[in-house]
Amino acid sequence: MARATAPARKALTTAIAGTLAFVMFFPILWIVVLSFKSEVDAIRAPLQVLSSGWTLDSYGAVQERSDYFKHFWNSVIISLGSTFLGLLVAIPAAWAMAFVPGKQTRNVLMWMLSTKMLPPVGVLVPIYLLFINFGLLDTRIGLVVVLMLINLPIIIWMLYTYFREIPGEILEAARMDGASLREEVLYVLTPMALPGIASTILLNVILAWNEAFWTLNLTASRAAPLTAFIASYSSPEGLFYAKLSAASVMAIAPILIMGWFSQKQLVRGLTFGAVK
Amino acid sequence: MATKASRAAARLMISPAVLLLLGWMIVPLSLTVYFSFLRYNLLMPGDNPFVGWENYQWFVTDTSFTAAMVNTLLLVGGVLLITVLGGILFALLLDQPMWGQGVIRIMVIAPFFVMPTVSGLVWKNMFMNPVNGIFGHIAQGLGMAPIDFFSQVPLLSIIGIVSWQWLPFATLILLTALQSLDQEQLEAAEMDGASWPARFWFIMLPHLARAITVVILIQTIFLLSVFAEILVTTNGGPGTATTNLTYLIYVSSLLQYDVGMGSAGGVIAIILANIVAIFLMRMIGKNLDA
Amino acid sequence: MRLRNATVAATAIALVTGGSAVAEDLTIATVNNSDMIIMQKLSPQWEEATGHTLNWVVLEENVLRQRVTTDIATKGGSFDIVTIGAYEAPIWGKQGWLNALDDLGDAYDYADIFEPVRNGLSADGTLYAVPFYAESSFTFYRTDLFEKAGLEKPAEQITYDQFAEMVAQLHDPENGVYGTCQRGKAGWGENMAFVGPMVNAFGGRWFDMEWNPTIDSPEWKAAITYYVDLMNNYGPPGASSNGHNENRALFADGKCATWVDATSAAGYIFNPNESSVADKTDFFQAPKQVTDKGTGWFWAWALAVPSSSTKVDAAKEFLAWATSKDYVTLVGESEGWVAAPPGTRKSTYENAAYVEAAPFAKTVETSILAANPADPTKDPVPYTGIQFVAIPEFQGIGNYVGQQIAAALAGQQSVDQALANSQTFAVREMTKAGYIK
Repeated sequence: MARATAPARKALTTAIAGTLAFVMFFPILWIVVLSFKSEVDAIRAPLQVLSSGWTLDSYGAVQERSDYFKHFWNSVIISLGSTFLGLLVAIPAAWAMAFVPGKQTRNVLMWMLSTKMLPPVGVLVPIYLLFINFGLLDTRIGLVVVLMLINLPIIIWMLYTYFREIPGEILEAARMDGASLREEVLYVLTPMALPGIASTILLNVILAWNEAFWTLNLTASRAAPLTAFIASYSSPEGLFYAKLSAASVMAIAPILIMGWFSQKQLVRGLTFGAVK
Repeated sequence: MATKASRAAARLMISPAVLLLLGWMIVPLSLTVYFSFLRYNLLMPGDNPFVGWENYQWFVTDTSFTAAMVNTLLLVGGVLLITVLGGILFALLLDQPMWGQGVIRIMVIAPFFVMPTVSGLVWKNMFMNPVNGIFGHIAQGLGMAPIDFFSQVPLLSIIGIVSWQWLPFATLILLTALQSLDQEQLEAAEMDGASWPARFWFIMLPHLARAITVVILIQTIFLLSVFAEILVTTNGGPGTATTNLTYLIYVSSLLQYDVGMGSAGGVIAIILANIVAIFLMRMIGKNLDA
Repeated sequence: MRLRNATVAATAIALVTGGSAVAEDLTIATVNNSDMIIMQKLSPQWEEATGHTLNWVVLEENVLRQRVTTDIATKGGSFDIVTIGAYEAPIWGKQGWLNALDDLGDAYDYADIFEPVRNGLSADGTLYAVPFYAESSFTFYRTDLFEKAGLEKPAEQITYDQFAEMVAQLHDPENGVYGTCQRGKAGWGENMAFVGPMVNAFGGRWFDMEWNPTIDSPEWKAAITYYVDLMNNYGPPGASSNGHNENRALFADGKCATWVDATSAAGYIFNPNESSVADKTDFFQAPKQVTDKGTGWFWAWALAVPSSSTKVDAAKEFLAWATSKDYVTLVGESEGWVAAPPGTRKSTYENAAYVEAAPFAKTVETSILAANPADPTKDPVPYTGIQFVAIPEFQGIGNYVGQQIAAALAGQQSVDQALANSQTFAVREMTKAGYIK
């Protein structure tokens, strides 16, 4: 980047990008605003909303009605659990596909992706019956396994594309030095692929956190994550904008904050092999 | 490069993943196929007799079926179009030097972190509600009749909501790709007098082709099964205006509790999805093979 | 030494076995409406008194219904107590999915529960669910707007034609008041709950005596045409996405002049903390047209114990508490009498404090006692139910017809088209289910 940019041009770009970014972000900003308003103020016209008083009442009402932290911990455990379990299975598989590609590697990869196309609503009853038989209904472990399986293809694919960018010579050099396969994966490959693995973890935590079909249908109370928490605010009686906003903020804030801090990682890491 | 031993090891390492996914695919799939040949309604216990292709016939001749197919295509196509075009635009913009780049980026990416249920609810109530929503207030402020989004332009509204959620994803991937573009090549072209459109068309776009393919592939997988946004906003209506294939299967299997017919729908959806998958694989195969 | 060990062991065993009978951990699924939220708020009192604990699963009506039905039909056993409606109770009871609830004890006073409510929750004479609250439907109207328009409260049941004339005079969108708000959101429990009794009034019915659907009849056409015209001319914008809750918020916010809906909403509309029209609302009967049969609906939200539950005794204990006379008093005293669960017990309506706080009490009682699900239509029908048909297939048909009518209301298709599609669908479903050979 040897080019110097004129400040005027930079200002213009900032203005345009800033405006568009604000438009994209506005819905989230708006529920944050509404969550601090009273129910009566929350349905007023935008300018009146802004000029009205601020209150924490909605958060209090939501917390009184539903135990936020129980749902929050379930979400944390389920999304992290499924991601790490997925990594455990995916790292070896992606390693094998990246460094010992066979004729079928591409087809296997695509087949794995195609399992994601199974429409969940069509197989709920079979899965529900299986869950009853194995006593997995309303358990975190059941959800961890299901979400792991759902996201596994994505995890494998992402890792595969990162691993492929690692030059094979390094691994061969390690092998020459007498490293075992385990050591090779553990000490050579994994550190090199760490940024890629981090992005993979991020994306999968996001996907698992936001998964709303299985998490709602396979839980009742003990294992219910934040998706179930939000389902009880979807269409209640009377005025509910402020409470719905508060509940929404509580449900998305953790993942939003995580996203905020890992923004750089996501921007650099999410390539899916799109960058040569 | 690969020795026999490493091949065996590779097979060993890949097998847990393959076996798990095989199990995840085959167990529900075979149960679904089995149920699809039974008369099996959850609300009517008793024996579930074998009925042959009856469920498939019922599902395909359902008046909603054609509508669902068309809506699925429009929804996937519409969102892809918006997110790819919008994503390119955002990526080009965010790639420029500017102040506060970090903050601007996170604001653009933020919608991707929002649960589909939440974004459906928020758009439906706080924005598109003709009486209390922001758009309604704005229209009233301007002295116009508020648009009733979910009855006047239901499918377009859903496309809008889903696009809002997926635009950040497309932007992220395209931006990463754009950043890897060789700046010297661009500058050389600029020296040679190539206009910006020419540079975009002949240098940037070809460079983005792979990223665009990836965006299309990944998004298609997720967009084919869009469900939560429809459930919390329109319930597939009015009529069948926003019923996609996934929602139609939901109606059969979980609103009518007709597991037999729902399963038949599931099998049909899987077959269709795989046709799309094969099509995408062809496309991506060309574009992705190094 | 040995003896002491034995004593300790015996005590431990006694504690364990005794403990399981005393302290159960129950999972309860309920709908997210205000009465149930009050129940959730008050239930710690019961938990303290009995030592049992409750885990709440509070869901929106449609999600709740789907979740609970899936679990009960597959015998999943996720829930010990479920909230179900007057539609499910008899069907599920007959199928053996619910525990009979005839043994809650003398103190429960079964005779105190209104007879139509008890009948509505029973199958073959056995009670399978106990009513939390029950409702019929009537017309809410704004006294101030009536006065302004020079209208009188009708003394007798008016016809829908008269109702439309009334609404036309009240419609004033410039000042943010719409002539009428009615349910438009698709669903058998949403728009069809209003449309069903209206079709009854116009002389229509769902099925003839041979179970042939009659949705393409002239009676249906007249009723639906009336409904679509009424809403398009005098309804609020976005009527096709308004359900009970949306309309309730609109009415409470002073945006509707009239509203035909659940009597149970009266507690909310007359509560000055929740509603801005509490002191200027009154009510009259839901309109009739060619007949007055089946013009007010009947519904109850009730609690039941699935047969897949393993904690039946503790669950029944909770039911006996939450639907008791004492509970009604508890709500009355802690939340205000206007919020007490309505429509279930004679004693509530004999209570002076309630009658004073709830000016609508007498009318609600009359409406509920007048509703007769066994004889809902002008022409004879093979089914029971006013705004629904008590067969398992109805949910699917009701939802589909609801969608079609919502589409007609939204202007996406004509009324004829909607009814033709509905008829085709209903014939298909009834053929599939074996009613039509």
